[in-house]
Amino acid sequence: MKILRIAARNLLRYRRRTLLTTLLITLGVMAMLLFVSTSGSFKAMMVGQITDSMMGHLQIHKKGYVSSIDSLPLTMNMKPKMVEKAAEQLAQMPQVEAWSERVKFGAMFSNFAETTSIRVNGVDPQREIQACPELPNRLLSQLDSKAGAPFLERGQLIIPELIAKGLKVNVGDPVVLVATNRDGSVNGINFVVSGILEGLSGPGGRDGYLHIDDARELLRLEDNEISEIAVRLKSPEQQPVAMQTLQKTLGSLTNQQGKPAFEIHGWDKLSPFANIAKMIDLMTLFINVMLVAIVLISVMNVMIMAVYERVREIGTLAAMGTQPNTILKLFVTEGLLLGLVGALLGILLSIATVLVLQQAQISFDFGRQSGLILHPELTLSDLMWASLMVISAAVLASLQPAWKASRLNPVDALRQV
Amino acid sequence: MPIVEARQISKTYRSGDIHVEAIHPIDFSIDTGAFVAFVGPSGSGKSTLLNMIGGLDKPSAGQLKVDGIDIAALDRKQAAQFRGDTIGFIFQDFNLIPVLTVAENIEYPLLMVQNWSVQTRKERVNTLMEAVGISEQAHKFPHQLSGGQKQRVAVARALASKAKLILADEPTANLDHQTALRIIDLMKQMRDEFDTTFIFSTHDPKIMDAAECLYTLEDGCLTAQPNPATAKEGQS
Repeated sequence: MKILRIAARNLLRYRRRTLLTTLLITLGVMAMLLFVSTSGSFKAMMVGQITDSMMGHLQIHKKGYVSSIDSLPLTMNMKPKMVEKAAEQLAQMPQVEAWSERVKFGAMFSNFAETTSIRVNGVDPQREIQACPELPNRLLSQLDSKAGAPFLERGQLIIPELIAKGLKVNVGDPVVLVATNRDGSVNGINFVVSGILEGLSGPGGRDGYLHIDDARELLRLEDNEISEIAVRLKSPEQQPVAMQTLQKTLGSLTNQQGKPAFEIHGWDKLSPFANIAKMIDLMTLFINVMLVAIVLISVMNVMIMAVYERVREIGTLAAMGTQPNTILKLFVTEGLLLGLVGALLGILLSIATVLVLQQAQISFDFGRQSGLILHPELTLSDLMWASLMVISAAVLASLQPAWKASRLNPVDALRQV
Repeated sequence: MPIVEARQISKTYRSGDIHVEAIHPIDFSIDTGAFVAFVGPSGSGKSTLLNMIGGLDKPSAGQLKVDGIDIAALDRKQAAQFRGDTIGFIFQDFNLIPVLTVAENIEYPLLMVQNWSVQTRKERVNTLMEAVGISEQAHKFPHQLSGGQKQRVAVARALASKAKLILADEPTANLDHQTALRIIDLMKQMRDEFDTTFIFSTHDPKIMDAAECLYTLEDGCLTAQPNPATAKEGQS
């Protein structure tokens, strides 16, 4: 018997009230878990796209580069010694999967009839694919190439979709890039458009790509200097640790003037999508607060009613010698059971709904991207967190009525009609 | 040997500046195994006296000892412990726990208050159900029982933890004549069988006839009157 059985029977005694409260908690848990799973899926998809096809999980620049990133200054490139030091450090870090060195610059793009400005990344194709494995998936069209050939070869240029449409340039068309070198001189090289790239929001999302050696030739860079290093980690969760390590090592290195030589940024500090991700986190927090409020109010309401209606019964229990803390436990257990059953039902129904949503393959558009498929998922930690929150709130809500019940004067309680 | 000893106990209620003396200083003692009743008009203080003896309330002045324990000295937890160990209550409205079966109601004080082992609990519950004649109803819930059956359960529950003293507040008020007589007989039988002291608060002439001594409370004062037909020695 003991407390659990008595509490369960007392809840069943007021079936309708118990059912309604449990239903409310269940719906609250479902709302929270479904929001977490769908928004989490959206967030993970967008973050994945940004980090896996464009930015990497973190980037290393020469100190001051990011604040003037809009102009892609060649004067802020990292010299070979710096690149060497950074590479040495990255090679020692177990969290790092790959990194790609880039030369970024602005140029004039011409199809021999029209001219426009373009931002381009000079990359080593092999290393870029390792650091941003989803980059080839952004190619809307590309030149037929031999199996196993790199996605970008010397003399080829991948251009963003916007420029291709604006200047009516297709894959295979000859184009010319003209760039101003660091010393102010101008140089131009002919390229063949080898691919058209889908645009993404954020810095670098509308950049073109060319081979790093072509970039150096165009810019007449004699040293192997670079603008940035994009780093891919084995797991996105390792970003804080990796950042900390890099800040400690590279971040503490100084230049000849005694000022910091490097700056290290996570993707979230560079991409505006981080603000959307923060908004999603904020909304998740808001939904959590709503859920806790629902549980607190509904359980407290039920428990206050329970104590009010059972005053005489509480008096009888006290008269028989039941200790005040046992009476307290009886009512807290009722609240606990309400929370437990509500959480359990909510979790089971949420899992079922998520499975249905996964089967339904719901697609959505975001910005310039369309046909994105939602993959809602619930992790064990989501479920644990929801259960913990609901059960804690239910216990908390029943504490005050339970305390009141345990402090009732038995004589007054027995006198209650 | 007295199980209840009251020396100059009184009870005063305060309502703002007004003091109402529900019980004037009184002395009395009740021996172990007695079968006695407090009688008197409504509001005379019978229930108050019963509540004080049961450790539910405390005297405003004087000393009240039950089974050698000074009631006024007990805090909330100690009072609960005292009630669980020493006192059994029988109420006018039976006050059974509606979500527990007959057997579970009787078992409640043994499990939740005294923590007896499963085997001894079962034996005790079966003995008591047999003694009060409700073994057939063991698995029924209170709402499935008649008034007489409910009061039998209440008697068995009060006796369950081998209480030395049973306090019964108008135990026959909600029963018909025949059922009331049977319940009084049952309680007497239980007193004889378990040597438990029974103290009633009542208006019921049937209980007054059965009681060995009547303590009449009127205007807060107490007078004891042994019943010559039933009196045992030792009441004063």
